[in-house]
Amino acid sequence: MTESPSIAVCPACVAIPTDRVKSAGEARSAQSRRIELSLPTIHCAACISNVEIGLAKLPEIEGARVNLTRKRVTITVKDIPGIETFLIDLLTSWGYPAKVLDSAALDQELVDKAGRDLLARLAVAGFAMMNVMLLSFSVWGGAEGATREMMHWISAAIALPTVAFSGVPFFKNAWTALRVGRLNMDVPISLALILASGVSLMETIEGGEHAYFDAALSLTFFLLLGRYLDHRTRVVARSAAVELAALEVHRAERINADGSRETVPMDALREGDMIAVAAGSRVPVDGVVMEGRSELDPSMLTGETMPEAVEPGTSVIAGMLNLTGALVVRAEGLGEDTLLQQITRLVESAESSKNKYTSLAEKAAAIYAPLVHILSAAAFLFWGFYTGDWRLAVNIAAAVLIITCPCALGLAVPAVLTAASGRLFRNGVLLKEGIALERLAEVDTVVFDKGGTLTTGKPQLLNGATISARDMAVAVAVAQGSVHPMSKAICAFGKAAGFIPAVLNDIVEEPGMGTRAILDGQEVRLGRAVWCGVESHDVEQSASWLRIGTRPPIVLLFEDTMRAETAETIAALLDDGIDVQILSGDVPKPVQDAADKLGVKTWIAEATPADKVAVLKRLADEGHKVLMVGDGLNDAAALAGAYVSISLASAVDASRVSADLILVGDDLSQVVKSLRLARIAKRRILENFTIAAVYNLIAVPIALMGFATPLMAALAMSGSSITVSLNAIRLGRKS
Amino acid sequence: MNILAVLIPISLGLGGVGLLAFFWMLRHNQYDDPDGNANRILSDRYDDSPDGEA
Repeated sequence: MTESPSIAVCPACVAIPTDRVKSAGEARSAQSRRIELSLPTIHCAACISNVEIGLAKLPEIEGARVNLTRKRVTITVKDIPGIETFLIDLLTSWGYPAKVLDSAALDQELVDKAGRDLLARLAVAGFAMMNVMLLSFSVWGGAEGATREMMHWISAAIALPTVAFSGVPFFKNAWTALRVGRLNMDVPISLALILASGVSLMETIEGGEHAYFDAALSLTFFLLLGRYLDHRTRVVARSAAVELAALEVHRAERINADGSRETVPMDALREGDMIAVAAGSRVPVDGVVMEGRSELDPSMLTGETMPEAVEPGTSVIAGMLNLTGALVVRAEGLGEDTLLQQITRLVESAESSKNKYTSLAEKAAAIYAPLVHILSAAAFLFWGFYTGDWRLAVNIAAAVLIITCPCALGLAVPAVLTAASGRLFRNGVLLKEGIALERLAEVDTVVFDKGGTLTTGKPQLLNGATISARDMAVAVAVAQGSVHPMSKAICAFGKAAGFIPAVLNDIVEEPGMGTRAILDGQEVRLGRAVWCGVESHDVEQSASWLRIGTRPPIVLLFEDTMRAETAETIAALLDDGIDVQILSGDVPKPVQDAADKLGVKTWIAEATPADKVAVLKRLADEGHKVLMVGDGLNDAAALAGAYVSISLASAVDASRVSADLILVGDDLSQVVKSLRLARIAKRRILENFTIAAVYNLIAVPIALMGFATPLMAALAMSGSSITVSLNAIRLGRKS
Repeated sequence: MNILAVLIPISLGLGGVGLLAFFWMLRHNQYDDPDGNANRILSDRYDDSPDGEA
């Protein structure tokens, strides 16, 4: 840590005396640890100051540093139990909602090291390339004799160590491939680098004319650039995925034997633990309800939107949303038998049965690498036997390798993928892996989950208009007191229709049943059928009943509403000639309604997670390339097994992990946009391959005939690399 | 042409200094938070650890 110079004009130096900073540095003992918090709302210099200065005032805190790029703060703090919760509450009270980032952030740092390593090699290659290029100008310009030799020697002194240092990533990869008897793109690259350097060194020693040091270096530079771009794309995606995972709560409130409550991480829970589940939060483990009544929303698990009533003795499943009342749940079967475990096994088997996808770059390399080697070897043998001059033969072979070297190929794919994923990111779509984009471009069928994906997962009142205004006013007034999604729907309807809520007294919410109140001395009940005195009914969808006094109860019908952009999205997909299907775990009626409304012909309801995987498998066997879009835990295995998959940011963790793309903005219309972008990106990649091939078609015959000069090699290489990069950048700009 | 014997080492040396400076910056995490650096310059507070140490 640098010392703060005592500049009088700097207020911070007065605020943070040097000795305090020093002692903080020394205090970094075993007693302190680092916490990384995600602060999504920080955005300016004032935010940085507020957080850092505010935290520095606390005695427990030894240091705090905001990273605005990643929207995080790293805090070195004394290891006190519960300090994380304290810090989160504190930062939230300052107006910066915070989330703890778990140990995944540590992996992130390792990844950074790899990026930094690449960047260092890239910098050395760039430095050396420019210097050698400048020196080469005099040779190209016609320097001869001693001057040319001097230029060659200086170039050699710069180029050889640089190739040895900067080429390491290629040499390593090539060696790994060769050892198992395979060829990859790095084999011709390594060979070209080594041969070019060796031949040029030989030429230099013998005072020859053709040294390819500049070409060898620009080759290294452009290829490393491609590698680095590739790496950046992945780091950005991974870091964003870590942020999303941090939003998931992995904590539970345990009730100890003495009645005290403690917030503990999920993996600290044991079978038989009592866990408190507040209204509005998710059930953390599978178990049995011991105390309390409530309604649970199982839509994330099964796709069903109808809430389930629970009371002491009912089994509950991890991931269900507790709607109305506080519950105490006894944890059971934390091991193999939980639903989550079953889903995890399904995900694993779906992943392993998936065919390995060969990326465009790999396909190109498979054709390209042998071709280059054969050409180069043929040139070597032909010129060797024809002229008997083996030095000339090696020279020509090296020229062929350098000119054909997949410089543009190495840049063609990463440059396009970087541009495309950058544009996706700005649109609120997170691309986890570059090659998923290539698969996305081939999609001919899109399968949607319904609840939470096509729909908002929130109910809407259907028959509000058929109920008398007076009764609606009462319903709105009763509903105001509750956070239940159906009550909220009634309030939303009442607000939109302009009802003035009736005046009620003694509003009481009965967890798991409904809400009751007193209107002019009569009891009003809004809630479940049985509780309102309805003995039997034939309503098949989500419904609530309103009973005013002794009058017969009135039924209120609800339906999960479509997202605003759903209809438009489906229409656009159908327009593009893509088959759309709905695959839901919900009961048939709402699924059919949704399919009819959206004009979707194929739909399947009441599908279990295993059914979903089977349906996708069948589609794949029929030769379809399927894009799966889903959000629930029941979709996780299907997402993993699909050709390519998209999940939503509001989805459960398991689904986000399985999916290839995540809609960070929860905007379904991005499905179409991403699909179109993927198609453009694929076209750009193929264009780039064509450009590279055209360059080779012109340059290779010249090299084979032995007319190639270092100047031509340099021009061809830079020319193709720049054209390819510009073609890729076009993708990022056009909106 | 003797001037080349002076100028080439000088240009290489200057380039090398730039390269070393870049390495030093990389080693000290100065590329980890470009947005933060752009904003911190606006603040009157002295940044006592530009290398991002907490």
